[in-house]
Amino acid sequence: MAEQKPSTAIEAVESGLAAQGYIASRQIATAVYLSQQIEKPILVEGPAGVGKTELAKAIAAWSGKKMIRLQCYEGLDEAKALYEWKYAKQLLYTQILKDKLGEVLGGAQTLHDALAQLHDFGDVFFSKEFVEPRPLLQALEQPGGCVLLIDEIDKSDAEFESLLLEILSDFQVTIPELGTVSAITPPTVILTSNSERDLGDALKRRCLHLHIGFPEQRLEERIVESRVPNISQTLRRQMVGFIHEIRSLDLKKLPSISETIDWARVLVLLQASELDTEIVKDTLNVLLKYEADIEAATPQVTTFIAKAARSNIFG
Amino acid sequence: MRENLHRFFRAARGAGVHVSPAESIDAMRAVSQVGFSDRTVLRDALLLTLAKSQDEKLALGDCFDLFFSQPEPRQEQPEADSDDNASQNADQSPSSGSASEAGEGQPPEGLGQLAQMLLSQDRNALAAAIASASGAAALSDIRYSTQRGIFSSRILDAMGLQRLRDDLDELTASNPALAERLRAALDALREAVRDTVSQGLALYAREEAENLRNEILRNAPLARIERRQVAEMRALIRRIAQRLRERYSKPRKRQRRGHLDVRRTLRRNAAWGGIPFLTAWKRKHRDRPKIVAICDVSGSVAQVSDFFLLLIHSLHEVVDDVRSFAFSSHTIEVSEILEKKSPEEAMAEIMSKVGFGSSDYGSSLVDFEKDFMSTLTPQTTVIVLGDARSNNLDPRADILRRISERSKRLVWLNPEGRLAWGFGDSEMPRYATFCSVVRQCATAQQLERAVSDIVATYQ
Repeated sequence: MAEQKPSTAIEAVESGLAAQGYIASRQIATAVYLSQQIEKPILVEGPAGVGKTELAKAIAAWSGKKMIRLQCYEGLDEAKALYEWKYAKQLLYTQILKDKLGEVLGGAQTLHDALAQLHDFGDVFFSKEFVEPRPLLQALEQPGGCVLLIDEIDKSDAEFESLLLEILSDFQVTIPELGTVSAITPPTVILTSNSERDLGDALKRRCLHLHIGFPEQRLEERIVESRVPNISQTLRRQMVGFIHEIRSLDLKKLPSISETIDWARVLVLLQASELDTEIVKDTLNVLLKYEADIEAATPQVTTFIAKAARSNIFG
Repeated sequence: MRENLHRFFRAARGAGVHVSPAESIDAMRAVSQVGFSDRTVLRDALLLTLAKSQDEKLALGDCFDLFFSQPEPRQEQPEADSDDNASQNADQSPSSGSASEAGEGQPPEGLGQLAQMLLSQDRNALAAAIASASGAAALSDIRYSTQRGIFSSRILDAMGLQRLRDDLDELTASNPALAERLRAALDALREAVRDTVSQGLALYAREEAENLRNEILRNAPLARIERRQVAEMRALIRRIAQRLRERYSKPRKRQRRGHLDVRRTLRRNAAWGGIPFLTAWKRKHRDRPKIVAICDVSGSVAQVSDFFLLLIHSLHEVVDDVRSFAFSSHTIEVSEILEKKSPEEAMAEIMSKVGFGSSDYGSSLVDFEKDFMSTLTPQTTVIVLGDARSNNLDPRADILRRISERSKRLVWLNPEGRLAWGFGDSEMPRYATFCSVVRQCATAQQLERAVSDIVATYQ
């Protein structure tokens, strides 16, 4: 891929993702291409439902790598994200090996000798066999590389960010008892954030920053086309136009791509041939998730349908 | 080209995008991957590596367009000049056709490089010469608009203006028509250089100019701020709010950790026969700030109250609960107005309801006690913002005492200087006895410190 001209390589990324059903804009494709070339994680920000998580899935499917997902939440710590000692196993083994331990230490005359002999043993109980790898460590241990998705990083605590820094910049983690574990093949790392809180500069600095917003009308039509193939062209245009009108309203939660796709499915299910006021009002709850939003949008429905239909003729 | 990229990074810093050395290295690597041939890809690559938020992306996008569009106006410039020259030539040609023809056909021997360039109207060479001369003159070091003149002359000197002058003198004697043309071209060149310098100023000096302006703005008295600065001040207040949010919104876990929670530890480790592998700790309870703000919106204090309310209400992440009240002669609650409307509209509405009266602290405090005393809890910090000038009416300091007793702290922020307290109709000394803290609060900087201290007491 390195010999290719960058623009063709970026197009290859675009078509590769498209084959997995993910219609990427040029910017997204550039980000994916660059992250592979200079081995940097991508930090994806944007409103909920614009396909941040889908991007990671599509990359995994396209490159044929395994996807490892780490869902972040408040209180997530290294025991759940990175690694944990198998306490029960350690305990069990000490019980079983009690007799053996007696044999080994049998020759020792004093407590001091026994201790010295124990030291010679090394840290058997803190070795690789007793480590329970969690998603981050798993990702580093994949021989063929993988796609590591760290989802909704903004939900985790600020301390967790610092934990990620070593992985993100050097693709390695340090376990105090074992030393440093480096990635066999550097994984493709995707972090997603809903901008619920501002991430630290240190984390941002280590990533390519990609912002996915609501797509343009053309792009969204293509996305609907690839996701809901059996929808008619006129209906598709009308509904995407309608959704773009809805997004111009001041709503609590604007409908994003996932809502568009859901709505397209619903319309196909109801066998609608084109948008009319009644069917829109009946299915508005698919698009809008707050009662107040639905109330605000309902009076505008007729105008929006007319607008969408009109832009259809010219577009 | 690497030189150009470095200059772009400086310009990006000027545009307010924080570009660290590490990020510039990343950007270099990215650019070496994508190359310069495709401008949209280059733009995307730089935006991806350098900008770390949506705002930064917008700023950097503009900066990119300005930076890389630079050569074009310069090319247009000589073009316009050449048109001018052509028309001049056309005007002159009937009278001195032969002379100009000779001039165009073969630029006279013995002229300096710059003169030859100007006469042959080699646009690309000129653009390149200006670019390299601005490099030599270190145009990217320009900081203030007053430096424009010196940088222009430095660039011209670097391009060989001295030689050109000599040539011009010689030509005036030997070939007046050609000298005229050269003089016109020189004027055009001056203009082009001036434009280049202005662009350089826009690109590289923004950061410095902004810092200077902010510094002045931070220390300007809020009450006497000019109308045109109000929008800038709002932006500054918003930045202050963001800084405070960043500092105080992340709870520090370690500080919160209290004693060992024996019960939970035993329960959690039941699987290992009660051997405590995992420990559980009690958490110290920490309340987030609850703030009741009572603001004087009469006359001169109004502007300060405006900025104060803006600041307090943009601290959602840090402050649990804010209730705001405004008064001049009677008190109303304004929290809802401030939450729902834009700052400008909200302030206008508050002013139309209670503003601009003559202040009467006594009756306003009576109003507060009557209607809103129940908002105070032992966790509340009460902030009163006002100059305590009650027009010689009864100050009712006894109500303030009751407010102080019911709340955690009572902070009084006074826009007037300490010297003026107690003089004239100021009741400040009488109120001050019941306040936990009294401080002057006239500038944005003092405002920031005051709010920061209040929030910090809860950490």
